[in-house]
Amino acid sequence: MAADPMRIRAQAQGDKAVVRVLMSHEMETGQRKDSAGKTIPAWFIQEVTAAHNGKTVLNAEWGPAVSKNPFLQFTIKGAKAGDKITVNWVDNRGEKRSDEATVT
Amino acid sequence: MKALWIGAAGLMGLALLPVQAQKSSADAIAEYRKMLEDGNPADLFEAKGEALWKQKRGPKNASLESCDLGKGPGVVKGAFVELPRHFVDTKKVQDLESRLVTCMSTLQGLNADEIAKTPFGRGEQENVTALATYVAAASRGLRFNLPQAHAEERRMYEIGKRVFYFRGGPYDFSCASCHGEDGKRIRLQDLPNLNKNPGDGIGFAAWPAYRVSNGQMWGMQLRLNDCYRQQRFPYPGFGSEATIAVSTYMGVNAKGAESIAPSIKR
Amino acid sequence: MQTLHPMKILVVVTMVLALAGCTSLPSSAELDQQTVVAMKASFRDQGIAKVDRLNQDLGQRACSSPVAPGDDVVKRIESESMATIKWPTGGRYLGDWREGEKLAQNGRGMTWTDASAAPKDNGANCYNCHQIDKKEISFGTIGPSLWNYGKLRGVSDVTDAAAAPIVQYTWGKLWNSKAYAACSNMPRFGHMGLLSEDQLRDVMALLLDPKSPVNQ
Repeated sequence: MAADPMRIRAQAQGDKAVVRVLMSHEMETGQRKDSAGKTIPAWFIQEVTAAHNGKTVLNAEWGPAVSKNPFLQFTIKGAKAGDKITVNWVDNRGEKRSDEATVT
Repeated sequence: MKALWIGAAGLMGLALLPVQAQKSSADAIAEYRKMLEDGNPADLFEAKGEALWKQKRGPKNASLESCDLGKGPGVVKGAFVELPRHFVDTKKVQDLESRLVTCMSTLQGLNADEIAKTPFGRGEQENVTALATYVAAASRGLRFNLPQAHAEERRMYEIGKRVFYFRGGPYDFSCASCHGEDGKRIRLQDLPNLNKNPGDGIGFAAWPAYRVSNGQMWGMQLRLNDCYRQQRFPYPGFGSEATIAVSTYMGVNAKGAESIAPSIKR
Repeated sequence: MQTLHPMKILVVVTMVLALAGCTSLPSSAELDQQTVVAMKASFRDQGIAKVDRLNQDLGQRACSSPVAPGDDVVKRIESESMATIKWPTGGRYLGDWREGEKLAQNGRGMTWTDASAAPKDNGANCYNCHQIDKKEISFGTIGPSLWNYGKLRGVSDVTDAAAAPIVQYTWGKLWNSKAYAACSNMPRFGHMGLLSEDQLRDVMALLLDPKSPVNQ
């Protein structure tokens, strides 16, 4: 995987876990032009999935409206300390990134 | 996300209009910071910097783990809030970024002059920024306490004060033109008075910072570079004496201020 | 009585001198000189911003301090600055306030990322430091508010002889602010070639035209 790793923190809070993810991605909209006047090609995360102990719990379809270095936060019911959280993304170039964290 | 941050930045700007009472401005700032505690992309640069600190790189295939940032080889925590300071091996006062380049050169065999000439955001300069972010993060919450024991540190403070007041260029601006008084702002951007401690997490205590408006991580060298650009001055060299002197002036004046670096900015 | 060996004296004297060197700062004048040297060595040309911008004139040098210069220097700066003012050709002071507002809003020009230093490519930067039209809430506070500028000064007809002192002061202040305050924070828009005569006329109109939104 060529992209920089995501930063994932997952904290148990009672019967839930709050997961916070920072993704490293340019999220280029495809609307900007460079100094020579050429359009900078669109390059953004299109699909995000998150799994809890192997079971998919979140599915998202993103577009160019999401800004650079996106921050995502969500809560999983029934997650507890020691559980494994995996986050994946795929962008419009087909590049991917998968990172995991343990709920603390 | 960007809309949220710009909205929050706008909120902070309006909250800091002089018509507001001192107390409610402070509350608004605290609220704004709470909102942005999580999700500061500076974390990504901090992680990258930590990896670079430990990674064997360069012609000497060595890590930076024995780099002396002023508190002894390899001591990272607490180093940021004591920089710039004098270093015996280079016989000069250095700030964080120039000291990192010294270590990259002496420990790893990378070319210091080449790195200094590389534009911000490219090549090894990207790595310097990430490393600076990592080192700053290790001092988060600590208070600035730059040493002034060495004569050269005191001399740089005096040079820095004069640099701060140096008026020039087609606009006759000095640093003091904008940062020399309490309670001023450009448009809606508050300007800290850098002749003294402007408060916890303000001014010198807020950089390196992630700038949401351009998605860039800025260390103090780039912050000063862009200040001089807007002052209509010529281009300050990376790690040049003027930039180190003025950083020494600001850092010593900020004594006691809590560092919140790396922070997030509009 | 034992005489001190000359070497011992030399060593003691050298140590005293060395210690003195270690702990004492250079004099203020020396530090001033070292600063000028450091400034010249620290900057390079970039785009239109050349290192000759660091060559200070009398006013810049005298005002590079938290302490104001002495009365005689202040008088000299102000009179020399006054002498630089070029009054508008044909005695026409006012242009178009609509263009003036655009100039006031425009903060561009003269940086190393600006392609040209020509006045037509420069903004007047006014809102960075001043409140002007009350409708604009994004204004700076480095300079005083200019809201109702002409109205507060009783200017209802700019061609009236009674208005002449204010009209001339305003032009003079825009042309070379240091003519009225030696260490003024305000750039010298005419003297430094930042804005053209016509652009200054437009800014004048924004401030003084009774029809300008600033004077409503």
